[in-house]
Amino acid sequence: MTDLSTVWPAVYIAMLAAFTGYVVISRVPVMLHTPLMSGSNFIHGIVLVGAMVALGLATTPLEQAIGFLAVVLGAANVTGGYVVTERILEMFHRPRRPGPGV
Amino acid sequence: MVDPQLVIEPVYLATVFFFIIGLYRMSNPLTARSGIVWAGAAMLLATVVTFLTPGLGNIGLIGIGIAVGGGLGYLAAKRVAMTDMPQMVAIYNGMGGGAAASISAVELLAGTAANTAVLAVAGGLIGSISFSGSLIAFLKLQGWMRQKPITYSAQQVVNIVVLLLAGFFGALVLTNSGVVPLPVRLFLPLFFLLALLFGLLMTLPIGGADMPVVISLFNALTGLAVAFDGFAIGNYAMIVAGVIVGAAGSLLTLVMARAMNRSIPSVLFGAFGATDEVGGAVTGSLKSIEADDVAVMLAYASKVIIAPGYGMAVAQAQQKVKELSDLLESRGTPVKFAIHPVAGRMPGHMNVLLAEAGVGYEHLFDRDEINPEFTGTDVVLVIGANDVVNPAAHRQGSPLFGMPILDVELAKNVIVLKRGQGRGFAGIENDLFYRDNTRLLYGDAQESVGKIVQALKKL
Repeated sequence: MTDLSTVWPAVYIAMLAAFTGYVVISRVPVMLHTPLMSGSNFIHGIVLVGAMVALGLATTPLEQAIGFLAVVLGAANVTGGYVVTERILEMFHRPRRPGPGV
Repeated sequence: MVDPQLVIEPVYLATVFFFIIGLYRMSNPLTARSGIVWAGAAMLLATVVTFLTPGLGNIGLIGIGIAVGGGLGYLAAKRVAMTDMPQMVAIYNGMGGGAAASISAVELLAGTAANTAVLAVAGGLIGSISFSGSLIAFLKLQGWMRQKPITYSAQQVVNIVVLLLAGFFGALVLTNSGVVPLPVRLFLPLFFLLALLFGLLMTLPIGGADMPVVISLFNALTGLAVAFDGFAIGNYAMIVAGVIVGAAGSLLTLVMARAMNRSIPSVLFGAFGATDEVGGAVTGSLKSIEADDVAVMLAYASKVIIAPGYGMAVAQAQQKVKELSDLLESRGTPVKFAIHPVAGRMPGHMNVLLAEAGVGYEHLFDRDEINPEFTGTDVVLVIGANDVVNPAAHRQGSPLFGMPILDVELAKNVIVLKRGQGRGFAGIENDLFYRDNTRLLYGDAQESVGKIVQALKKL
């Protein structure tokens, strides 16, 4: 640990972020558990940004290969996570069809 | 020229802000749909500005990677049936974990500074576990692998040894010391292999019924891995988004486990359903019934409750069930749907499946609302549900003891639509089926409900 002055601000930010994550979903109804899990699954797709930087700064072929894998996996996390969440939530948006004879 | 960082950092900041807004909106049914759109737009923006990163090479490779991964992820997610959503969440979560582990690998290969290498090792360890664990969860839910817990003797000892070895090689990667007679360049691959192996081993003994909890746990772990990588490469957007998912995912895991009356340690180490139930032998006999008789029963009922389970969704019977409920309503018989919190594969999954078939929310009632109503109900149709209606949950000593269930056995008549004489997801005998007021209608749920509808129309 060489430079602690850069680590501490990040730790404080992480603590606040943990609190935010906890509070934001603390009163969620059971009905929304699945979409919320899927939605948070999408949000950690931000890993794609890190993967892009890792591949972008990679120099050796091995680093490039693993970096490429990271980008592929991260991109799948992003689009797949988005589409799954969107499709689940679409169900909540559907206009109610009046049943026959009602 | 403007310093690219003056563009990138504010955009990352806005991205994180809209992630939080998006999650917040997703926690309310009325705004949920817009929540994912906000988060999606923010993600798109963050991806675009990342191309401006100073010194970024391999732009072509990055573009191809995004096109390939994004395209496959998009197509698979578009095509999959709503019933299969839980395993899709698992697989995409695993990919996020794999991406985090790969970033760590690149950072460690490139030989970053010592103080960030620790964080990269942590991210690599957690990301790898989440990756291989999620793959097993996917295979089990998809039915490409035995859903029953896979156990062997001294399993937990083996798991702990593998985890400790992974940690040991992680430490060797950091110190590059020659404590073991192996070339230094083998440390890194061994570290990742052991971490991947641990994720695989820890998921094998977990049965299908507990998978939602485990997927949620891996989701939280991936968030944590992303946060560690964010620390390692100095990306605040990754730190904040990762930690938020880690915290929200942990809370969600606890809430889900509570809804299923399971504790996290018993999920992870319990091998639920692996052992035979002790005590509580079933009495009585199985009594079957034909669709025509069910139709007659329904025709003269003054109140009907439908308790759907995952079996209904597997048989794609939602549309037929909706038709049946409409038919009964048009004859003046009120129909209510009793939704157990974990009916389907995940909390809320059944609501989604019924909504897809067009059953309005005003017909859906959760367990606490509907349980007092069973006593005065003439007919309860249990369609493809088993564990969530198993009265064994009220009996001490049963593995299900204490799990909140739908008290369907209190109704005057219980009709259970079943494919065969198999047990539920938890692998436990259900004495509801042997009760005097229970009749079993065997066959494919879609076909059976169709027959009931036809017979009812003739009456």
